[in-house]
Amino acid sequence: MNFEIPKEKNAGQVFEVTIGATSENGGTRSRTVTIGGSMSLPFLFFEGEHPHRPLVAMEVFDKVPAKLPDYLLDYFCEVIDKPGEMARKCVDEYGAELISVRLEGTHPEKGNKSAEEAVEVVKQVLKSVSVPLIITGHSHFEKINEVMKKVCEAAAGENCLINYVEKDNYKTITAACIAYKHTLVAQSPIDVNLAKQLNILLTEMNFPAERIVMDPLTGTLGYGLEYTYSIMERIRNEGLAGDRMLAFPMLVNPGYESFRVKEAWAAEKDYPQWGKAELRGAYWETATAMSLLLAGADLLIMYHPKAVEAVKKKIAELYGQKKGK
Amino acid sequence: MALSGLEIFKLLPKTNCGDCGVPTCMAFAMKLAQKKAELRECPHASEEAKATLGEAGEPPIRLVKIGGANALEIGNETVMFRHEKTFVHPTGIAIELRTSEVEERILERIKEIENYTVERVGQELKTDLFFIVHDSEDKGDFLKAIKLVKQNSTKGIILDCENEGVLREGAELLKDDRPAVFLRKEVSDKDIELAKAYNLSLILTAHSLEQMLKQAEKAKSSGLNNIILNLESQNAGHQLQNSTILRRSALKRNFRPFGYPLFSRIHEKKELDLLAEASLRLCKYSSLIVIPEYDKALLYTLFTLRQNIYTDPQKPIQVDPKVYPIGEPTAESPVFVTTNFSLTYFMVSGEIENSGISAHLVIVDTEGQSVLTAWAAGKFGGEKIAKFIMDIKLGEQVKTRKIVIPGFVSQISGDLEEKLPGWEVIVGPQEASDIPSFVKSVKLT
Repeated sequence: MNFEIPKEKNAGQVFEVTIGATSENGGTRSRTVTIGGSMSLPFLFFEGEHPHRPLVAMEVFDKVPAKLPDYLLDYFCEVIDKPGEMARKCVDEYGAELISVRLEGTHPEKGNKSAEEAVEVVKQVLKSVSVPLIITGHSHFEKINEVMKKVCEAAAGENCLINYVEKDNYKTITAACIAYKHTLVAQSPIDVNLAKQLNILLTEMNFPAERIVMDPLTGTLGYGLEYTYSIMERIRNEGLAGDRMLAFPMLVNPGYESFRVKEAWAAEKDYPQWGKAELRGAYWETATAMSLLLAGADLLIMYHPKAVEAVKKKIAELYGQKKGK
Repeated sequence: MALSGLEIFKLLPKTNCGDCGVPTCMAFAMKLAQKKAELRECPHASEEAKATLGEAGEPPIRLVKIGGANALEIGNETVMFRHEKTFVHPTGIAIELRTSEVEERILERIKEIENYTVERVGQELKTDLFFIVHDSEDKGDFLKAIKLVKQNSTKGIILDCENEGVLREGAELLKDDRPAVFLRKEVSDKDIELAKAYNLSLILTAHSLEQMLKQAEKAKSSGLNNIILNLESQNAGHQLQNSTILRRSALKRNFRPFGYPLFSRIHEKKELDLLAEASLRLCKYSSLIVIPEYDKALLYTLFTLRQNIYTDPQKPIQVDPKVYPIGEPTAESPVFVTTNFSLTYFMVSGEIENSGISAHLVIVDTEGQSVLTAWAAGKFGGEKIAKFIMDIKLGEQVKTRKIVIPGFVSQISGDLEEKLPGWEVIVGPQEASDIPSFVKSVKLT
């Protein structure tokens, strides 16, 4: 029987988005990173190119999250409350390709830190590492707008990835990203149409398409993963079919979402069938990250150093490196 | 060429005898047309029908069963993406047993694995098969391991043994148990003869698409139906592409030699590498995965992934409607109410936990719909909630007479208070993530 490899032709291509800026472009990063550019479904090189491999970022905090399990904190010991030093550890020891600075402490109910304090944290991290930064906010519109405006200004020229705007709150932050030349995350709640609508709103403000990254909202394993997975597959299929307003690289949050759920921190004695607790959060994060990579994730923000290591290794293998024994 | 239900009906005996398990020939013809049945299920089909329908009557990916009474069914998949329809037969998970281990250890492992089940949203999750590897000198070890599994488990068995004679003796021990045989080398005439004699499924191993094709055609042309494909690629990237090519060939091109379920044996040693590889294989098209180690946390993770990927996208997972304790609630603790959509339940219960308080969470049956959808469909209104609360006699379980409802249905609070005399309704936040700050600012009892 004659066999022919069934290839599919794609009319579209995912936008290429560059994050960070070197001194040539008014920043201080030692190098920039580029994501996106895919011309076929994830890792299917036989029918389309994938010029940029998905990247793994790690996250540091302006306020230590209350509930991180001890077995995760052990990897960061004395630096967990020092974002600059923690960022350096993530990059030098754990192989983070970008750093996300989470400014949750500025939320009025979670610390209510000032915009100036947030700026200080971002400056510290910019100084201590030379990889591009993601600046991650929260859902308190009034406060995050104030914080992001100041942070965008203070980091002008660095081309940070400002994470995030949503349909009900995008104008202030988008304007700040235009003024101070940053890249932007457009977040929508696991819905293809809402995602597209927001991307259109941003481009109507004349925000450049090649500076948009989509966040389809991560449901972690067992907590809505299947919705995120399928929405991402649909978005990527539409983007490759030629719908430019869905052809953006995608950001996911396996770390933050996995370490919030019970499976990451419940003790084995309370849930004997869940097995040993020590690596369970990392398992949860790894399975979430791997499945979302297959659904089209281009940038992952992760927490557990062992999960980061395993996922980076698998990305390299998906890009063709032979298995190490 | 695919035939319509009516065209197929004309070829059937039209006796409506029901021997195929479907009451009428017309209904059976419709099932054949939808590739949900196979012609061989009709014992009275004419030679003409067999010849005409032949391959047109077969599903694009064959159904394969492994095991006796509790057989695992894999295959029969019809789509590339779960959002197109649904993935129908969840990936079977097998664990290795090695005959080089001492007998006591093997027995202990069988018992551990057999007894390991874990509940998640009303489903009982467990492993499906044992994969017995003959990696010791003595042939007796292999037969002993088979007997131990048979005595202590009802799970199906996959045999991995390079010695033909020993394999035959093993198959003899399992002659009513429909085992599968993992072939390390190219399939031989003897393998095919053995498979036919003992009703075995054959797992064909190849290292390229061409080799895979050659072997699948050989097995198929000899009349075997129970075939599973194991295409081993040099790295994860090639593996993913090959699995996609195999599945797409079967589904989109109706390419028969590749119309069988796919198999993966995971070789990674480190736990997280193993999990990463298994996750990849599970999402992208393996119907059978063999894991080298027994590790509860790893299996629980994989089971959850399997549950997520194989959930019918049109049918949301539901949790049982009842009162759930969050933390360690007492009669004094506050009461929250929401819908039985599993995700809603998880979000709300998780955020109540995150807030550090204990509470009673009342889950009302909304047929798996989320808050707004259920409200719009009339499944989450004041009357419905009030009736449920009275039916379960919540008033006898708690002292408080306040109840917190989701912020998205604030409009039902008046109606609910009216239908639930003596109770005060508090409107909670719209988003579950705002529960921790909500419980700090509002008096709930």
